Amino acid sequence: MVGITSCEVYIPAYRLSRDEISRAWGAGNVGGEKAVARHDEDSITMAVAATLGCIKRWGKKGDGLFFASTTSPYKEKQAAAIIAAAADLPRETRTADFTDSLRGATIAMNSAVDAVRSGSAENVIIAASDCRMGAGKSEFEQILGDGAAAVTIGKSGVIASVEGNYSAFSEFIDIWRREGSAFTQSWESRFITSEGYAKTMQQVISGIMKKYNLTPKDFSKIIYNGPDKRSHASLAKRLGFDVETQVQDPMYHSIGNTGTAAVLMMLAFALDEASPGDVILVANYGDGADAFMLRVTENIKPVQEKRRMKEILEKKIYIDYGTYLSWRDLVPTEEPRHPELESPSITCLWRERRSTLAFYGNKCESCGTVQYPPQRVCTKCQSKDHFEDYKFSDKRGEVFTYAIDQLSWSKQSPVLVGVVDFEGGGRVMCEICDCNPDEMRIGMPVEMCFRKLGQDADIQNYFWKGRPVI
Amino acid sequence: MGKIRDKAAIIGMGCTNFGELWDKSVDDLIVDATFEACEDAGVDLKDIEAAWLGTVFSGHTAISFSSPLSWQYKPVTRVENMCATGTEALRAAVYAVASGVYDIVLAVGVEKLKDTGWIGVQPTNVVGRSTMGTSGTDLGLSPPAMFSLMAQRYFHDFKIDPEEGRRLLAEIAVKNHHNGSLNPKAHFQREITVEQVLKAPIVAWPLGILDCCGVSDGAAAAIVTRADMAKNFRGDPIYVKALATNVGPRRNPTLQDYDFTHIEENVRAAQMAYDEAGIKDSFKELSVAEVHDCFTIHEMILYEDLGWSKKGKAKDDIEAGTFTLKGELPVNTDGGLKCFGHPLGASGLRMQYEVYKQLQEKAGDRQVKNPRLGLIHNFGGGVWGGIGCIAITGNELDRR
Repeated sequence: MVGITSCEVYIPAYRLSRDEISRAWGAGNVGGEKAVARHDEDSITMAVAATLGCIKRWGKKGDGLFFASTTSPYKEKQAAAIIAAAADLPRETRTADFTDSLRGATIAMNSAVDAVRSGSAENVIIAASDCRMGAGKSEFEQILGDGAAAVTIGKSGVIASVEGNYSAFSEFIDIWRREGSAFTQSWESRFITSEGYAKTMQQVISGIMKKYNLTPKDFSKIIYNGPDKRSHASLAKRLGFDVETQVQDPMYHSIGNTGTAAVLMMLAFALDEASPGDVILVANYGDGADAFMLRVTENIKPVQEKRRMKEILEKKIYIDYGTYLSWRDLVPTEEPRHPELESPSITCLWRERRSTLAFYGNKCESCGTVQYPPQRVCTKCQSKDHFEDYKFSDKRGEVFTYAIDQLSWSKQSPVLVGVVDFEGGGRVMCEICDCNPDEMRIGMPVEMCFRKLGQDADIQNYFWKGRPVI
Repeated sequence: MGKIRDKAAIIGMGCTNFGELWDKSVDDLIVDATFEACEDAGVDLKDIEAAWLGTVFSGHTAISFSSPLSWQYKPVTRVENMCATGTEALRAAVYAVASGVYDIVLAVGVEKLKDTGWIGVQPTNVVGRSTMGTSGTDLGLSPPAMFSLMAQRYFHDFKIDPEEGRRLLAEIAVKNHHNGSLNPKAHFQREITVEQVLKAPIVAWPLGILDCCGVSDGAAAAIVTRADMAKNFRGDPIYVKALATNVGPRRNPTLQDYDFTHIEENVRAAQMAYDEAGIKDSFKELSVAEVHDCFTIHEMILYEDLGWSKKGKAKDDIEAGTFTLKGELPVNTDGGLKCFGHPLGASGLRMQYEVYKQLQEKAGDRQVKNPRLGLIHNFGGGVWGGIGCIAITGNELDRR
């Protein structure tokens, strides 16, 4: 049996209310709020968070990592390799980026199912993540939200088996973003919704039901993406599904449309509520559509016990519109009033990749002292080259002391810094993010997250920071 | 192991005015400090046999010294040990004459912070880092934020209400400003009140802007000779009693047993120096001390680290006025880093300049009574590891 073995969602801590956006423009809004990636987050960092969550829930690593996104920070360079390195996946892991299409997550899922079914891979993680932008005053600006989700496809410990699939492509220009353009744009909405989205999705959803001889009544849940709330809701009605009981909430109101991540995010939320035996229909639109039929198994229980979706959704910090514009580099804000800092050396980054990307320190085998960065000569007992690996990324810690730095330049001042003592040993001094300054306190529990560094360079540098445990 | 005690003496010192010296270059500062020291010692620049230049980023190599002084083909070395650079230059000069190789040498420390374009000193991931590339993942914490880590923990561990703690720190700033107001060479020569300190903008809670030292330009220089030759130059030479530099593994605070309420290098440097100087009760035996008050919390913790207040009890001594000009052990009588700012390479020698003048009883309105022994404490680096530097000098050779 091939199917989903784990899932996790990552939603940034920050929210921008749509009232706040419309206040800036003196225009109306669709209500609710959208999730906004912090200035130190991008589709890679959010994908790392979802991937690590997925691995943690399931307890096993993958031998494949597929990244789906339309907003990879690199045009030329694989993002999946960065995610795999941060998630400390084995060297033989096969990595791939599924980019450019909003359908990327399910295209990757089809490839993963095929790979596992054929025996060429055992467990493939699919991390979908997006951080798209709409131009100021546009509907996209209000609707698009940031977030990530990951699922694992494997053979053992399947929580929802893949019972069938159906795909079709469609060359249809509805939503696009050209090379060099920052904003998603679209053609006239009546045409693209009725002739594009609605028609293609109807064909593919009807197609999978016909292929496996099923009717809407056979499904406990239908999960699918859509360009907006109205088009999304009317599709289910037209197909004969009951919107109240069968349709998974697309979370446009609370999170926004998260692009490639949306379908996996909905799927993860649905699996948290599912019961063994439930049959779920998943459909995903973008340059055509993919559909899957899933059946929930008995294995769902232990995975559900580790759920923390409600907590993830409730942890939120509101930002104003100016902060949003600054974080997304949509308005030039004041640069630090001091000379530019040196760019990182790519050679050094490579040499330190295990400690900076996978966040390894080491532990002295003579005296047991945990140290970061990893040393050759023990800080305490001076033994040479007598260490075992010690990974920090999956450990929790507590703030021993902290600083609220008003002087260091950041897109979110003041910079919070914590001296973090880890469970099981080790102490690291790091930036603390996703935290209001007045929440900082000695003893605050902290978990680690992979984030962008502020340095200005042609490459994007990443490192680990702490955040309050949710 | 030998001791440096009474093997070398300072026979002349110079110190520029410190401040925002927009119209002075690094070269000007080196020339001014060096010639003042020569004049004070009554020696000619030509008589100096070797020199040590201390600077962190205002110069490179010995040439930064030889060029402005038109130095005539003799040994010069540039030394650097972060904020303790000035003391490091003095240390090199003292050991050079003690070895018997030279008779008259010079140590000069200089820094121009105001040309760098930084509001304060560059963050810790810029200062003192290798010129080789880095991965750019070092934490760029500002110096006040770094010391606020200690203040937060100190208040927590010793159950000091943060508002009360801020008031205690303010007393230190007020004391140093009072001393600076009596010093024509200081950058800041204005008295301040506790209220002003408490109301100043916060830089890194609980530290406000008046808990931080100034950002200044300046230079200071010392001429050093063998102790047995010192009286040939002047009747009141100042003898070196101890020189201690203590450097730890830098990562001590990244171990869970570090408490963030002391700095190990400072504690150990003090032990080394007291031992070398033959001091048993530093609080009673020292007449004056200049300590590295880059931030008020550091001075507070130094009262304990250098052995003058009991651990967690600096509060009592601050409240009793123990370290004021009229107290039992006057600290930072010249105004300290607080009023002189901290031109990194110059600070150690500027501290020594004050102790030198105090021991010669030439400190004017700031003069302490019956001076015999003085200490300077100069610290390079940050809370996660640094360079603890102490020099103790006295105005008499020990009768042994």
